[in-house]
Amino acid sequence: MEILIYGIINSVTLVLMALGFTLVYGVSRLPNFAHGALYVVAGYLTWIFMNRLGLNYGISILAALIVTCLIGAAMYQFVLIRVRGMPISEIIASYAIGLAILEGLRWGGLKGSTFTLPPFIEGSVEILGVSVDFQRILVVFIGAFMMIGLWVFVSRTRLGLALKGMAQDERAALTLGIDSDKMAVVAMALGSGLAGVAAVTLFPLGNIVVEAGYNVLIMAVAVCIVGGLGSWTGAVLAAFLIGFAQILTVVYLGAHFQVVVALIAIIITLVLRPSGLFGRQKELEERV
Amino acid sequence: MAVDQKDRRKERIDRGIKVRSDGVYAISSWLEISYLVAPRLLFIVGLLAAPILLLPVPYWQKVLSIICIYSLLAISFDFLANYVGLVSLGGGFYIGVGAYVAALLNMKFNIPIFVTIPVATVVGAAICTVVFLPCLPLRGVYFAIVSLMFPLLAARVIEALDIFGGTDGIVGVDGFSSTWIEQYLLIIAVLAAVFFLRRMITEDVGLVFSGVKDNDQAVKASGINITKYKALGIFIASSLGCFGGAVLSHIYMWAGLSQFALDFSIIPIAATVIGGGGTLIGPVIGCLILVPVSELLRDFGTLRIAVYAIVLTLFIVYKSEGIMVYASRKYEQFERWVSI
Repeated sequence: MEILIYGIINSVTLVLMALGFTLVYGVSRLPNFAHGALYVVAGYLTWIFMNRLGLNYGISILAALIVTCLIGAAMYQFVLIRVRGMPISEIIASYAIGLAILEGLRWGGLKGSTFTLPPFIEGSVEILGVSVDFQRILVVFIGAFMMIGLWVFVSRTRLGLALKGMAQDERAALTLGIDSDKMAVVAMALGSGLAGVAAVTLFPLGNIVVEAGYNVLIMAVAVCIVGGLGSWTGAVLAAFLIGFAQILTVVYLGAHFQVVVALIAIIITLVLRPSGLFGRQKELEERV
Repeated sequence: MAVDQKDRRKERIDRGIKVRSDGVYAISSWLEISYLVAPRLLFIVGLLAAPILLLPVPYWQKVLSIICIYSLLAISFDFLANYVGLVSLGGGFYIGVGAYVAALLNMKFNIPIFVTIPVATVVGAAICTVVFLPCLPLRGVYFAIVSLMFPLLAARVIEALDIFGGTDGIVGVDGFSSTWIEQYLLIIAVLAAVFFLRRMITEDVGLVFSGVKDNDQAVKASGINITKYKALGIFIASSLGCFGGAVLSHIYMWAGLSQFALDFSIIPIAATVIGGGGTLIGPVIGCLILVPVSELLRDFGTLRIAVYAIVLTLFIVYKSEGIMVYASRKYEQFERWVSI
């Protein structure tokens, strides 16, 4: 029972971490390796707004999310747009930006005391004999809400459909008057916002630390590769696969192996089925 | 200005001396011979003289060794990325494997230092090749991501299984008897790697490598096993890294988890981007600039990583050709504005 409940929570956590990354990659084919950095930035900004500027918790979260979106959009608009279409340069440039943000934060912001965000609702509850705190239940609800919300967004709204069009066929989208650079900026802002949502939902469970940025990046990449880069269904499925595998290894083998699971999953997936579980785009010619 | 640019453009023309010294006729005059030889001689003599010039400052002698190790890694990254078409972000893996093999041989079997280094180079490279073998069909971003995972994976596995000394690493490895041996060993290795690889890429095997990079289907169609050649490329590149790792473990007299660290994966890439990819000498120049800068910034802690990440971003976005490509263009060509 414990395995089932914590497996679900862990899986939804992974979904939250990966949603932003897979959105950006799906739309603009840009592996945003600064994803983890944006995640930490959102958490840190919330903390700053709350404790330094004395704002209300809800308002700080909102402000932090907006600022994170703007940072993401600016990153694309001023830097990444220049290396668009050169995959290796994209990876190196976005990774370097992420590294600069994270290590800069380690040097100038996140040091000394511990940084924590309060949970949204205190307390815990028993579900089927397992004690679970409210924050973890909220994680599941927010995760589910984000998944559904994103699905509604891309299949019902005009902007979402434009993004989907970009993801499916950039050239055709261009001929229909969708500005690909503008859409990529929107996708980047949205992706950063999603990283921020993940941050403010997950950071109350622990401290705000720089290492979280690297972990989130690894997990997001793992989920996206196993699920197939750019495929949202695949990402959700892969998150549940890896999430349960992780909980099982923690229970039966020990906590050390938790990260190894993700890495092994990546390697097995890439070797057996390089396009991932659900990746269909340019399956063979590009990857193998 | 904007109007001006419309009816003129920049024209680049090879310098006369470059054209004259291209063929065998270069030996007809001292001027042309020196045009060819001077930059190479500057590089070789400069590197060989560096330990002597740095004699008054022993600390920077140590930095020189580190520069050489990073250079070896950067050369191997450049070779793999620009001549074989495999972008390997996992330089730390080669260093780690080399370091652990050398340290284990030295500690468990008491093998002397001048045997462990060559053995670690060959055995380590073989291990790296075998480990990378299943990933060789991948290319582009996918190979890059997997290779980035390997050093992380190796470190976690050693930590989790508590083998090879676990988190403490292997302590008490033999050191070098003198710093001269250590430095000249590394410098000669760097020079040998640069000039060996530069020669190799123009030989038959190098042609196949660049074929694998540009159009592997065509190479396959000519009846050549591309996986074999990719494995060979990985073997050559990882032997450079493993050599560096083996020497590193003997310099620090220690092999540990930090030798799988991200530093060894990122600094060589930054050096290659800054120095100029595809030149093989560029990465060495990049390391000569980047590693001392990061040593100077050591007092600022992790800020130095942030600084070189920013430098890397600026270079890759605004000056992606790198120093070496820029310099050799200036050396070989002159530019002038012509009206259209």
